Amino acid sequence: MADEKQLPAYPPNVTVENEEFWKAAADGRFLLKRCDADGCGTVIWYPRSLCPECGSFDTSWFEASGKGTIYTYTIVHKGQGPWAEHVPYVTAYVELEEGPRVMTNIVGVDPADVAVGMAVEVVFQDAGDGAAIYRFRPAIP
Amino acid sequence: MSIRGKAYIAGIYEHPRRDIPDRTLSQIHAEVAVGALADAGLTLADVDAYFCDATVPGFGGMSMAEYLGLKLSYIDSTETGGSSYLAHVGHAAAAIAAGKCSVALVTLAGKPRQRGRGGPGGMGGEGPPEGSFEGMWGLFGAPYNYALAARRHMYEFGTTSEQLAEIKVAASIHAQHNPHAFLQNVVTVEEVLASPMISDPLHRLDCCVITDGGGAVVVVSPEIARELDRPERAIKILGHGESVKHTNNGRVDLTYTGARWSGPRAFEEAGVTQADIDYASIYDSFTITVLETIEDLGFCEKGEGGRFVLDGALVAPHGKLPFNTDGGGLCNNHPANRGGMTKILEAVRQLRHEAHPAVQVPDCSIALAHGTGGSLSTRMGSATLILGQGDA
Repeated sequence: MADEKQLPAYPPNVTVENEEFWKAAADGRFLLKRCDADGCGTVIWYPRSLCPECGSFDTSWFEASGKGTIYTYTIVHKGQGPWAEHVPYVTAYVELEEGPRVMTNIVGVDPADVAVGMAVEVVFQDAGDGAAIYRFRPAIP
Repeated sequence: MSIRGKAYIAGIYEHPRRDIPDRTLSQIHAEVAVGALADAGLTLADVDAYFCDATVPGFGGMSMAEYLGLKLSYIDSTETGGSSYLAHVGHAAAAIAAGKCSVALVTLAGKPRQRGRGGPGGMGGEGPPEGSFEGMWGLFGAPYNYALAARRHMYEFGTTSEQLAEIKVAASIHAQHNPHAFLQNVVTVEEVLASPMISDPLHRLDCCVITDGGGAVVVVSPEIARELDRPERAIKILGHGESVKHTNNGRVDLTYTGARWSGPRAFEEAGVTQADIDYASIYDSFTITVLETIEDLGFCEKGEGGRFVLDGALVAPHGKLPFNTDGGGLCNNHPANRGGMTKILEAVRQLRHEAHPAVQVPDCSIALAHGTGGSLSTRMGSATLILGQGDA
């Protein structure tokens, strides 16, 4: 779907806890946080300073693979505002290779061809003001 | 009964800083939480109750519960301004005395000095901690989010749109007898499936109504109940359970609800089983909400909900599990977009034998009412009540 029009995208809400994530996104890199406490190593989503698994504040960023599979999805038929002209479009949870399930849109595919379990990869889209947000498209084998 | 001697303050922590531009509000809550727990020699994993005011970032206390990774059997976000935290300690003591929880965490955080410094204003909030990663994916409210849960349930268990439609059909059969119901027409499975797709796989008729209105409940002591003009109409509270389910550090599982935890807590306290329930008010924001909740409350095995609801199982008075005899949120009323109040009210009518005669469950003596708040796809609060006639 080369002529697909990009879904609406706005600059994300950047806070002191997630600015590293959004800086990297603008550079086309998908970061995750990992807990560095002894014996934990949990991958954290959404990014935050605390590991919700063990309660440690000893967490750090690493670059994720950007690959995953679709955990679930919905095909939106009744959009609102600027989204209305894009129906039907797909909103999904993608299960990343690193474990977390993240909410996102699936783009670059006919919604009718989307399926649970489909392999997908991250794509960054311009969100204005120099920012980018992550969406996912079918993985190119 | 009093709280005297039933609860202790075991840990305290005061944030050492007085000007904190480099932390989010969530971070400050987390730092004081961990600090107070450390003072007590406890960890976040020990906490089973969370108390906060209305200034916490996010949706009630649920966003912070998610941020902190808490697994809760009790939550309270009473807001009384600066006195909130003293009230919280009192409420926590009452809950602990009642056996509802054993480790209660109370937090306060704010950043009023950051107002007007280019940072967020008001109470210093930045919006919900999860907000930077949700809200931009074109989901405009509940139907879209619940569709994500429905799709996954279908994928794992073979649940069908026809089975979900049976739930709406049962509600509509009840609503025809309720002169106040927003929708009083009986619908068929075919009509549900033919209604416009809102967010695939949920159709318009899989969704509850949008209505103005409200409701209220009065709870009294046994002493007061005995002195009422008509004491036989007082309904006994037999059991209660609650829980918060959240995205669990990105490991969200959309095939179940918080009822998986709140239900057993209520049954245990009431000392009854699923077989004892004559009538159930099941939160019905969407058909999928009912289906997953029926499974989670143990009326059938996980994944069997789609088959359970067939053959009029939910239709009063003679179905296996008569539900929502007022027509529920799907047909009757969902005031303020919050269906929990009406769930209690119809359960009380059933137990008083004051439901419409066409849907009154004969000899109804024990009823269950279950509420779901928030979203099946992200974070939700679940609460289950088991109620009985005065002599139950």
